[in-house]
Amino acid sequence: MGTIGGLASVENFPKPDALSSLSRESRAAVLFHTAQAVRRSVVEMIGAARLGHIGGDFSITDAMTTLFFGVLRLDPANPAWRERDRFILSKGHCAASLYSVLAMRGFFPLDWLPTFMQPLSVLNGHPNRKIPGVEANTGPLGHGLPIGVGSAIASRLSGKNWRTFVALGDGELQEGSNWEAAMAAGHRGLDSLVAIIDRNRLQQGARTEDTNRLDPLPDKWTAFGWEAIEIDGHDHAALYDVFTRPGRGKPLAVIANTIKGKGVSFIEDRVEWHHKVPSPEQIKLALEELSR
Amino acid sequence: MSAPLATFDCRQAFAETLAALARQDDRIVAVCNDSVGSSNLVAFQKEFPDRLINVGIAEQDMIGVAAGLANGGFIPFVCAAAPFLTGRATEQVKADVAYSNYHIVLCGMSPGMAYGELGPTHHSIEDISWMRATSGLSVLIPADPEQTTAAVKWAAGAGKPIYMRIGRTKVPSVSAGQTEPFAYGTANIVRAGDDVAVIATGTLVSRAIEASDRLAAEGIGLRVVNMATISPLDEAAVIAAARETGAIITAEEALTEGGLGAAVASVVVRHHPVPMRILGVTGFAPTGSTEFLLDHFHLNADGIIAAVRELRG
Repeated sequence: MGTIGGLASVENFPKPDALSSLSRESRAAVLFHTAQAVRRSVVEMIGAARLGHIGGDFSITDAMTTLFFGVLRLDPANPAWRERDRFILSKGHCAASLYSVLAMRGFFPLDWLPTFMQPLSVLNGHPNRKIPGVEANTGPLGHGLPIGVGSAIASRLSGKNWRTFVALGDGELQEGSNWEAAMAAGHRGLDSLVAIIDRNRLQQGARTEDTNRLDPLPDKWTAFGWEAIEIDGHDHAALYDVFTRPGRGKPLAVIANTIKGKGVSFIEDRVEWHHKVPSPEQIKLALEELSR
Repeated sequence: MSAPLATFDCRQAFAETLAALARQDDRIVAVCNDSVGSSNLVAFQKEFPDRLINVGIAEQDMIGVAAGLANGGFIPFVCAAAPFLTGRATEQVKADVAYSNYHIVLCGMSPGMAYGELGPTHHSIEDISWMRATSGLSVLIPADPEQTTAAVKWAAGAGKPIYMRIGRTKVPSVSAGQTEPFAYGTANIVRAGDDVAVIATGTLVSRAIEASDRLAAEGIGLRVVNMATISPLDEAAVIAAARETGAIITAEEALTEGGLGAAVASVVVRHHPVPMRILGVTGFAPTGSTEFLLDHFHLNADGIIAAVRELRG
């Protein structure tokens, strides 16, 4: 198997310890280049599989890159380390970006990536716990946040004090189970829990606000007992700052304002690119744009 | 007539066993949906206030929270009324528990028609079908307090996803004379007999025993097989019953579609086809107490004896 997205070796990618000593600007620059490598990997994986969800992959890439390369306490050699921080990709259809990040972080070999969705590949179209580094079997929407609440309760009960990050789609918030979980987390003041809402304002078939309105979104979270912060979901410095902030007695909802398809001009903010697959020519163009 | 047998609510045995296990293993936690009282967990909550996690009336969240706790190294016993646990959160049971292969013990309290007059919304007659259709999920139905205690102890160390019915309907002991009240995946033969076999589970086991004892007076040998593990099914016990008696009845406090009867039939038809009768609940129940409804659906000794006579021609 060849490598993908020009990813020669995991040694090319940063580690949280090294990043913490950089200046805010230098760190953001490193994270930006890493995120672009993740996007190139996603383009090649989806292009080869002829399946995938490229728009949502690209909108969550910057938050996920910031977490895995700058924030999360993890041991890729020991994925089951009990005290690790947890990251749950509730919007499981964006598996290609998660797999890319996990491989680049050293959880499994980079040469697994080209097997994405091939017959009998461990890299299924949605994440599952057989894959090193995957915390939850997601895909049906509205499952990640309840699991995250359980993880945050476990963190408190065990006294190990790990942190739990759950990435949710904005359209996904139309599932009622999220609000059951939000209520429970707010009630318990689970301040080791962070929900990241990928606010790209598009769902599979239309704009969220034309389908089942979510605004005013921060108000909903604060009404459930959370602290809510809105940031630019593509600003690595802002993402890093908010993710490394200590808990303040409440769970934290980071409403990351994003552009679906971020990084490739002809994919950005277009509803059809929820799960459209780029043609060979479009793959070439996309890789060019992502290499600038 | 002999004096009525003493009867027991299996929830008491469940709660006492769970508390005893929790004293030995601090990974054991209980998760519930405002069901502390109905799951008999008041004493557990008093003894382990931090380890009783009540998420409120929110079954989907309840199962997800259990998965997160399992991810964090705990062994959750999820306690909720069976209809809501299995019906409201079916997808969470599939994805968060079974497909995720977590050691979570789902305890469906007050299953079957235990809620009697409260009606079909509160009856759990579909749970056996739904849960046995879930890959990787073991399905247990202890028939009395001894089986409940043994099954809960086994489940605490099982290391895999489990669904267990915990009965509220009072039942007599059916484990007298058994060397092992509960062995995972192994049926208990609680009455010998080679004329007809009844394979029963849960509340129907004591009723099958009554039928067998009455038929014995007529010289008819009705074997009673207590099938406390529905999934994986003890196929050898089913095949032996088919081969040695030539006629099988199944009896369960659950829908006849997809439950124990269907599980047994699929073994019988593949390995040793014999005539069968499948006794169970045949639709949404009318208003009535649990006892009334069990009689209404002929889920009693008379109904089993009638099936025996039909099969014997």
